Amino acid sequence: MNEDIAVKVEHVSKSFKLPHEKSGSIKGILLGWRKKRRGYENQHVLRDISFEIKKGEFFGIVGRNGSGKSTLLKLISQIYSPDSGSITVNGKLTPFIELGVGFNPELSGRDNVYLNGALLGFGREEMNDMYDEIVEFAELERFMDQKLKNYSSGMQVRLAFSIAIRANTDILVLDEVLAVGDEAFQQKCYDYFAKVKKEGKTIILVTHDMGSVQRFCKRALLLEGGKIVKIGSSPSISTMYSNLFLEERNQALKNENRKRLDQSPINTESDARLTNVRLLQDRKEREVIKAKENFTIELRFNLQSTIDKAVVGINLVDGNGNIMLATSTREHSPTVKLFRGENRISFSIDNIYTDSTYSINAAVTDESRAGMLLYQAQDIHRFEIKGIKYAKHSLTHPRVQVELGHES
Amino acid sequence: MKDMKAYFSKQNKALLSELVRTDFKLRYQGSVLGYAWSLLKPLLMFAILYVVFVKFLRFGADIPHYPIYLLLGIVLWNFFAEMTGQSLGSIVGRGDLIRKIKIPRWIIVVSASISALINLALNLIVVGVFLFLNGVDITWNAAFLPLNLLQIYALGLGISFFLSAAFVKYRDVSNIWDVVLQAGFYATPIIYPITMITNETFQKILLLNPMTQAIQDARHNIVTQDTITTWSTFNDWKAFLPVIFILVVCVAGGVYFKRRSKTFAEDL
Repeated sequence: MNEDIAVKVEHVSKSFKLPHEKSGSIKGILLGWRKKRRGYENQHVLRDISFEIKKGEFFGIVGRNGSGKSTLLKLISQIYSPDSGSITVNGKLTPFIELGVGFNPELSGRDNVYLNGALLGFGREEMNDMYDEIVEFAELERFMDQKLKNYSSGMQVRLAFSIAIRANTDILVLDEVLAVGDEAFQQKCYDYFAKVKKEGKTIILVTHDMGSVQRFCKRALLLEGGKIVKIGSSPSISTMYSNLFLEERNQALKNENRKRLDQSPINTESDARLTNVRLLQDRKEREVIKAKENFTIELRFNLQSTIDKAVVGINLVDGNGNIMLATSTREHSPTVKLFRGENRISFSIDNIYTDSTYSINAAVTDESRAGMLLYQAQDIHRFEIKGIKYAKHSLTHPRVQVELGHES
Repeated sequence: MKDMKAYFSKQNKALLSELVRTDFKLRYQGSVLGYAWSLLKPLLMFAILYVVFVKFLRFGADIPHYPIYLLLGIVLWNFFAEMTGQSLGSIVGRGDLIRKIKIPRWIIVVSASISALINLALNLIVVGVFLFLNGVDITWNAAFLPLNLLQIYALGLGISFFLSAAFVKYRDVSNIWDVVLQAGFYATPIIYPITMITNETFQKILLLNPMTQAIQDARHNIVTQDTITTWSTFNDWKAFLPVIFILVVCVAGGVYFKRRSKTFAEDL
């Protein structure tokens, strides 16, 4: 293998047999065998994964829950063995799938340090040499003779981390280690990463926190449904990852909206019927739209008879119940004529709104009959706005022109 | 050869010793008498069996030093039962390690067996004291005792590898093994002297049981030469059957364990 490569994964696939019911007994097996049915289902977790990680690289593996990233991590760490394909590791690899693996609550802090050290490959003498440093770093001098079960969870993590960073290894595999601990602890983690990075060690970070990927990783791999979507620079992977969610959210909203439309009320007197609601941006139908770019709400009503003087109105309500917009066909003319059959009404709206989920209310009135309601419904459609880049959101985000001048 | 070296690497030794230490520390956690139980338990067992079988039922009246003869049998059988019993659940019990870090799986089983071995050593000290108090003549035959212990250890280890791996998938194994151990206890002349089996065929079959062979040999070697052993009964190749059986169990257990160990992490 090329000397520059730390980890090489070639055409790796992995599937798990998921039992339909707990058939972990001999009876279950005998029964299953007699009935000639398979008591399990093959779940393909990873399919044909290939990639290389160079020495000294800080490499990210990202993906959503269930995308197979933890399985991939365990394969790289040689905890699982692949069904097919091969994984070559060049150098000593230490996985940290969890901090404090093997910690026993009934043992003292001291005993746990030695046990944990042994799991990392340290002998007793080596541990003797490091022991004081570990305890000092964890700031637990007074507690070492107490049983671990009397430690707070924060103390346990500190102790585990202090041992973990002693690991003398070439390749470090980290799984969401950052997810635990307070800010001070996370800072310690970051400092440690920086140090290890400087030492030229290879680090593989598995996470769904794009912040840490962008901060540390140069390259990353995006997994989705057990397949590699892309390997690339961490900013590009991170954008792709957010888009993945966007698409999903879009689909979810679409399905919800279809149900909303089906359940929207029918006015028994007028028999006015809402037949369709669409949200358009850049002439494309979307449920998740970009901030600061205008959009169109398009309604379709089916009427049994022609209404000469009608008004169609809509409200936009944000996630907190604030009415953000109330508008109607009066913006076009005092009344509009709606015909028997299907009518299309479009509202083009300046997008001054902030990131939130919005719900649409709609009403149709007959002005020749003193504004009688022909149709009224709340929450006929929901959509989302995304893309405001400020940490603090105001109710509206209109376009703002900024000019700079300098006068001395 | 490189493989063999890897088995005994520095890291593996360190890990093994730490695991054994942990087992040992945790064993009598929270009990008042602590390690003394390691000695007390077999002694109390011995006391019961002694009262029932030697005093009431008058077993072994024709065997010199029968109480020690009985004690040694119990100690050796307990070692075997404890070792296999502890190893059986060892892989499942250490599931957290197996699922989260890469350590050689066999170390877990071996560490469980070594805990039992330590207990055996403590018990043998008690046996030694009794031998001394009873004024038994120790002959050069005692030098062969380690060989008998090695046999039991090897048999136990082979079975342990098999059981611990099978237990990961089939939890019935522990119940089955309990029954097998109970049957084995009576299929081995521990509480009764083998001379009580008057049917010669049965006696011969019993002597082919590897545990019988090892225990009878041990008794022959340190308690009294007046012991029927496998070697004194069979003069042909059949005398080697127990040893062959042990070797087969060892290899088969090891192979099965190695094959199954690849998927421990996902099966647990």
